[in-house]
Amino acid sequence: MQQLSTKHLLGIKGLNEQDIQLIFETADNFKEVINRPIKKVPSLRDITIANVFFENSTRTRLSFELAEKRLSADVINFSSSNSSVKKGETLVDTVNNILSMKVDMVVMRHSSPGAPHFLSQNIDANIVNAGDGTHEHPTQALLDAFSIREKLGDVAGKKVAIIGDILHSRVALSNIFCLQKLGAEVMVCGPITLLPKYISSLGVKVELDVKKALEWCDVANVLRIQLERQQIKYFPSLREYSLYYGVDKKLLDQLNKEIVIMHPGPINRGVELNSDVADSEHSIILNQVENGVAVRMAVLYLLAGVK
Amino acid sequence: MQKRLVLDQKQISIILDRFCYQLIENHDDFDNTVLLGLQPRGVMVLDRLEKRLEEISGVKVPSGYLDATFHRDDFRRRNIPLKANETKIDFLIENKNVVLVDDVLFKGRSARAAMDAMIAFGRPRKVELMVLIDRKYTRDYPIKPDYCGREVNTLESQYVSVEWALNGFEKDAIWITEKEVKS
Repeated sequence: MQQLSTKHLLGIKGLNEQDIQLIFETADNFKEVINRPIKKVPSLRDITIANVFFENSTRTRLSFELAEKRLSADVINFSSSNSSVKKGETLVDTVNNILSMKVDMVVMRHSSPGAPHFLSQNIDANIVNAGDGTHEHPTQALLDAFSIREKLGDVAGKKVAIIGDILHSRVALSNIFCLQKLGAEVMVCGPITLLPKYISSLGVKVELDVKKALEWCDVANVLRIQLERQQIKYFPSLREYSLYYGVDKKLLDQLNKEIVIMHPGPINRGVELNSDVADSEHSIILNQVENGVAVRMAVLYLLAGVK
Repeated sequence: MQKRLVLDQKQISIILDRFCYQLIENHDDFDNTVLLGLQPRGVMVLDRLEKRLEEISGVKVPSGYLDATFHRDDFRRRNIPLKANETKIDFLIENKNVVLVDDVLFKGRSARAAMDAMIAFGRPRKVELMVLIDRKYTRDYPIKPDYCGREVNTLESQYVSVEWALNGFEKDAIWITEKEVKS
């Protein structure tokens, strides 16, 4: 297979296993490219990409921007905080104005779930979802699975525990879809208040005890507590959360095996993850960041080739 | 389907030996020379050449595989994207004499893309091109091989297929075949 089955990357749900494997194989090639003395290739030199971010982002936007520049695309950046969105302009009008400047692809982050899906039905450019509310974050899931494949050789048959704030996490949902499509077993673990009621219907194991989750898994993907999305109190205090759900070296030392530690960042150090784990040899957090550029290059390259 | 044999196993073997002696003449002790096989099919030629060169000269010349997919000029002009192959070069080519090795030289676009891709690994002192088959009169770019196994006159309606025993074929052979016309 040489072509994605979709024109847009709206979510992992819209991809099949062959699409994911094609993205991984292409990312392998781009990983070699970004480790060359000259890290740039001219593949997308006739393409203009708009990074349209209606919600704050540091690493995802930087990662996309670097991926685009490494592919020689022309890049324009838009953030809603100082734009006409504040004056009441609609999403379609904003994006159509950007597209009138002859933009070929749009990478969009939005706080509303489904915003990129809506956009894909109303405009004629390739859309890449860079995170839509609490719904999906497909490129993060792809780079996470790519990092597991790189570290453990394969994703199929591996046990992955996603630990933390599942309720507010788009990473959790995309990870579940992606890992299951690739044949991994998935468990979610967190306080009952931070686990969505429907979660077991997705075919994942549910665990409330973090020690049991760590004993079960090969990989622990620890998620950030998203305080900015929490309208009410879901647990008594950060200190209490850290005591019951924080992953530290003492906890890992009690296991009779080595597990891989992941985190999509940014880390609340001392809350969901202690520095003695985040900076340990078990952690592949910085590999995830490097792989993010290669995976996003692969996604952009492959989508640009879909007519 | 018409099929014409251009080179048989024995002829390919003789040509590879000739390439080795030409390289020895031009590159002495290979002190500053590297070989790069162009993906996907040039690497088969390179692997054979490298082995024979070591047998004849006793020298193991640094070699690698170069993929030029991301440097091609026809991306988004094809119906489906080109799938990339592995690039495996664990040395810099800064100030080196580079020999690019491929099986067939046709329009010259792959060789141009390869030179573009190669520059990501440094600025070479000199670059040469070695091909088993040079399809004359079909060039889009002004590119000519320095080492050539056989020149052939071909039409656009034909293609050159290279069969290697290592790839499951009965014997090494190079054929000219008429492209099938879709009705």
